[in-house]
Amino acid sequence: MSGQLRYDAVVIGGGTAGMVAGARLAEGGARVCVLAKGVGSTHLAPGTIDVLGYAPERVAAPLAALGDFVAARPDHPYALLGADAVAESAHWFQSRVESGPLPGYRYVGDLERNRLFPTAVGALRPSALVPETMAHGDGDSLERVCVVGSRALRDFHPALCAANLGRAGIAARWVEAEIEVIKADQNALGLARRFDDPAWRAAFAGRLALKLQADESIGLPAMLGIRDPHSAWSDLERRLGRPVFEIPTLPPSVPGMRLYEILRVALRRAGGRLVLGAEVVSAERAGSRVTSVATRAAGHDAVYAAPWFVFAAGGFSSGAIELDSDWVTRDRVLGLPLRGVPGPGEPRFLPEYLAEQPMSRVGVAVDAQLRAEGADNVVVAGAALPGAISWREGSGEGIALASGSRAAQLVLSAGGARAEAA
Amino acid sequence: MTNGILEDLLLRGSIDHCVKCTICETQCPVSNVTPLFGGPKYTGPQAERYRVADEPSVESSVDYCSGCGICSMVCPQGVKIAEVNAQARDKLKRQKGIPLRDRIITRPTWLGRAGTPTARIANFTLASGPLRVLAEKTLGVHRDAAVPAFAGRRFSRWAHGRTSPQTGRKILYFHGCGTEYYEPWEGEKVVQILEHNGFEVIVPKQDCCGLPLQSSGLFDDARKVVLRRGRDFAPYLRDDPNMLVVGNATSCTLMLKREAREILSLEDDPDLKLLSERTYDICELLLELHDRGELKTDFRPVNEHIFYHAPCQQQGHWIGKPALELFALIPGLEVTEGNARCCGIAGTYGLKAEKYDIAMAVGADLFGQVEASGAGEVACDSETCRWQITHATGQKSVHPIDYLHRAYGL
Repeated sequence: MSGQLRYDAVVIGGGTAGMVAGARLAEGGARVCVLAKGVGSTHLAPGTIDVLGYAPERVAAPLAALGDFVAARPDHPYALLGADAVAESAHWFQSRVESGPLPGYRYVGDLERNRLFPTAVGALRPSALVPETMAHGDGDSLERVCVVGSRALRDFHPALCAANLGRAGIAARWVEAEIEVIKADQNALGLARRFDDPAWRAAFAGRLALKLQADESIGLPAMLGIRDPHSAWSDLERRLGRPVFEIPTLPPSVPGMRLYEILRVALRRAGGRLVLGAEVVSAERAGSRVTSVATRAAGHDAVYAAPWFVFAAGGFSSGAIELDSDWVTRDRVLGLPLRGVPGPGEPRFLPEYLAEQPMSRVGVAVDAQLRAEGADNVVVAGAALPGAISWREGSGEGIALASGSRAAQLVLSAGGARAEAA
Repeated sequence: MTNGILEDLLLRGSIDHCVKCTICETQCPVSNVTPLFGGPKYTGPQAERYRVADEPSVESSVDYCSGCGICSMVCPQGVKIAEVNAQARDKLKRQKGIPLRDRIITRPTWLGRAGTPTARIANFTLASGPLRVLAEKTLGVHRDAAVPAFAGRRFSRWAHGRTSPQTGRKILYFHGCGTEYYEPWEGEKVVQILEHNGFEVIVPKQDCCGLPLQSSGLFDDARKVVLRRGRDFAPYLRDDPNMLVVGNATSCTLMLKREAREILSLEDDPDLKLLSERTYDICELLLELHDRGELKTDFRPVNEHIFYHAPCQQQGHWIGKPALELFALIPGLEVTEGNARCCGIAGTYGLKAEKYDIAMAVGADLFGQVEASGAGEVACDSETCRWQITHATGQKSVHPIDYLHRAYGL
């Protein structure tokens, strides 16, 4: 057996960009398979949709700011994608959240205005869309807040969070809620499962209510339910009689896991396949086209052939792009040419850790259609695109949604995809 | 043992790729229901740094790892978490001593050979409350744990009593112990489906793959057993470079494909290497045939609503869920895909008295989904998982190929 499975499109990468591309390809009628080495960035990111937070000063209106932003950065992914694509993909995302597996759960906000939400250390961070469970953390409307921590969650420090919110001018104090410690290194997910239980959270709310003062909002680490967060959050608000909001935690990120599940279900409902543990280890080419990729499966490789590939394997942080000890930078997955690599003599890194590190802009070289240079049937999406410093710009999800959507659109509109497959 | 030293170093070396992202902790079915297991990251990449060659094991909660392998599958950095933990469990067992129970329940061949001719008595014994209490007290096999009934006949007797039509397109069938002693009809269906698709099915002399021994940390015995499987199959594979091995017991095929070589440090054995590279899970094989246009699709409608659970060991093949693609070919078949991680049984894990409650807690999510789905039957690729699902939900549970068999009208 040659051991080959055939699809209309194969997506490499199971993070936000890859899952969006896969879901939208499947919704468009393509036979699609998403190959993921492991579970991706979703479980680590806060679960907010950040479109543009800093340019480099804090951005108030992300969609309106995009024009000037890309004019100054013609190599940025947003310059290829355009504001309309960002808005359209955000709209698609919100509708999939609402028709998704988490009853009643919504993302709120809009791309016209960033709102500022507290991080785990009490800094205020701009986001365009956030889960409804975070919405009442909007820093502009927060007056008095009580940050609630627990000894059962070691990685969240309510005193630190409250002190920094105080420095931002918000009257903040903190309390510790009593949650039974059943495991020393409990994380937010373990507690989120308990918040899914109505009886458990009713008891929690009853104990917490005794520690609260009038007129203060409640900030809790993001752990208000994993299967049914809408019920958990709204139930707490009702029981405590005041606004309650989630604050993103250290990994694992419960809101990020919800986001992954929403995209996974969108992919599966539309008939798309998802293969986990599928690290792409080699590719076959015919001239300037990739004809198939092989993943490392048990015993023998599995081979996936398609007329189109979406490359959404991520950048340095996922390990798709590497910089080795000889200062050679490469795409480890398909060996595609890169763009943005500092030339000889140019600085690769700057001394200040959080500066605009030149190396951060490296990505797979693409044309205006997001097609990889030298590989006509490979479309690139997400953190693999060159030109962005998404962690600094606060642009990661905007780029992932818009480029994942654009990649799907390009493949679907390329007439003859099926014919070539046959 | 000089075999596989380099591979062991690479396995252990993979822990340096751990960035402590906790993704494995979010997916571990065991540590999410019990504090007795520290979790894959804690017992794996973290504790491994403190395990020194011949010194006492520093961490004993690894015994509560069920070996499902989900952690390795979801790790975005390629850390061999489950494999490192399996080796740590072996070391722990060697230091603490191996209970008599673990020497018995990990030997399906012994049990099968004793139970088949005496099936009536054996099944009565297994179903008898007082005797099961006795077994729990003396052996530590939980009184309520799901144990299968002996079929009273062996698959291999049926297979060797007939000849597959000679088509020249030969394939080897590895049936495993579940088919041999407990569910011979599953093997008969596999053979009939393969023959329907033009294969001449050869059933070589065979025996246990060694997985139960390996997962209970009895590595030396597991090596002996699985190396014999290499000897059984390698001659056929050497003779014909196109010859494949197919199996319906998905945990056994995973053992042959990867776990034996990687976890038991047998990467260098040439017979096992050959067997590993040419082994296919039945659904994997049939889906590939379909994509090549070689699978017969003369399917009649099967107007049923079923629930599909892809067991951990099937997921461990890292090939997605081919059964779902096959179901989609059958007219009328409505499938609810579960998204629970594990049924809890993990081979022999859920039989053990001290682990039964954990196994049932692990499976609770799945059992709830099965019941909520309203499906008439459950399809699942692994026999021990099917027995556990039936035990917990009362629902009939069969291998996915049962529906193909029905749709073919065989």
